[in-house]
Amino acid sequence: MAQYALLIYSEPGKGPQPETPAFGNYMEAYGAYTAMLKEKKLFVAGEALTPTTTATTVRLRNDDIVTSDGPFAETKEQLGGFYIVEAANLDDAIAAAAKTPTAAFGSIEVRPIMTF
Amino acid sequence: MNSPTSKNSQTSKDVERALRESYGHALASLISRLGDFATAEDVLHDAIEAALRRWPDEGLPDQPIAWLLTTAKRRAIDRFRRQKTADEKAELVSAWAELGADVDDDDIPDDRLRLIFTCCHPALAPEVRVALTLRSVGGLQTPEIARAFLVSEATMAQRLVRAKKKIKAATIPYLVPEGDALNERVATVLAVIYLIFNESHRRVVDDEDLGAALAAEAIRLAEAMVHLLPQSAECKGLTALMWFTRARTAARRDSAGRYVPLDEQDRTLWDEKCLGRARAHLNRAALLRAPGPYQLQAAIAAVHAEAKTADETNWRAIADFYGALAGLTPSPIIELNRAVVLARLAGPRLGLEHLLPLEALLSNYQPYWAAKASLLAEAGQSQSALFAYREAIAKSDNGAERAWLETRAASLADDE
Repeated sequence: MAQYALLIYSEPGKGPQPETPAFGNYMEAYGAYTAMLKEKKLFVAGEALTPTTTATTVRLRNDDIVTSDGPFAETKEQLGGFYIVEAANLDDAIAAAAKTPTAAFGSIEVRPIMTF
Repeated sequence: MNSPTSKNSQTSKDVERALRESYGHALASLISRLGDFATAEDVLHDAIEAALRRWPDEGLPDQPIAWLLTTAKRRAIDRFRRQKTADEKAELVSAWAELGADVDDDDIPDDRLRLIFTCCHPALAPEVRVALTLRSVGGLQTPEIARAFLVSEATMAQRLVRAKKKIKAATIPYLVPEGDALNERVATVLAVIYLIFNESHRRVVDDEDLGAALAAEAIRLAEAMVHLLPQSAECKGLTALMWFTRARTAARRDSAGRYVPLDEQDRTLWDEKCLGRARAHLNRAALLRAPGPYQLQAAIAAVHAEAKTADETNWRAIADFYGALAGLTPSPIIELNRAVVLARLAGPRLGLEHLLPLEALLSNYQPYWAAKASLLAEAGQSQSALFAYREAIAKSDNGAERAWLETRAASLADDE
């Protein structure tokens, strides 16, 4: 078994928007997805993140802590959440990623967790 | 008894060919036993070195794959002797247990399907799939593959190393996909094989041997897929399509080495054996009642092949097949081909009506301009035709094709 990070990216404004009924369904879908991962013993960890407007980027340069407002890079698709899953191989991790509710309109990056 | 020197020079090519033909099967088997791509390659490399030393003198073994696997097994045990614990060594030895001295190549399970699907995994970039398939399944050498795709040997070597690293790091499984995934993944493999085949036509212009080797390799891979997946109609379809194309090889160049398009080819030069193979595959595909794009393209090639001269071509049938193709996999390129066929059926003006709306989508696609030029010339619009010829020439990456287009443009200008 190997572990993979599923990094969930989507464009703000695409997909179900907060404070709409569709968003309620979307959250339920995520609840069901998480439950499915746990039931199949794939779930290691997973969280949703608050929007990138709440992000702060921290860098240490020349011993100075430099903070800037916002995500580290202004990309169209932004990181909205993540899962860590345990899967037999990449194909299974890909299958899990495809089932996230965001896959329908966003992008899920699948990255193996480093083992040392 | 041949003299030593003549025997050596004769078998040197035979040795290379036998090694290349055994490579995929041997590698696939080793990956299954050892569970690791890179290790399997390493021990196979050792075995091949041994073969290169011994086969020229001892002659080709009757069962070359078994020979390679036996030798690789010994090398593997040697390598691991220093590194592994007693338990691991015992495991290794038992994994090889059934590989006795008298094993027939036919009895060695053919794991090449797992290898092909792994090399063509969608998690690998398309150019990586192509390189890895040619190297691992086809047994081609890195410099050859580099030349085929016009990159430096170092670049190609890096590409292959990174591919294997990704397979290991991401745990791309060494499996044949099952259920719904199988059809999708078969399509990926066939796309890789078709890409290799099409590339061979571009290579053949500057490097005939390499072009021919690539085309032959693509057909070999396709035939292997047909053999390994007998229920797949599209595998047969693609193989048929390639045999139809191959059949026309001699007619594609005139005695001066110039490119000859399909409608001007001397059809007596079309190879009957290739056509026979193509038709057999297509007929067997039809029996499976699972139409698909490759089968349709092969069917179109079959219609061309039935016509003794270009004028006798059943354009109606071809138009119908393109209609079906557009229904399955709509694309501006299929619409372009359809426009050309409509012109054959109903004249250049109707063809142009269908063709011109595609310009926005296909403005960078060389065949669009070649088709447009041809239809405009036929319709008597010489100035516009000449402009289109210039675009077609500028976008061509193929010397023989350019020369042919220039000749057409020049004769049109002369008529002005």
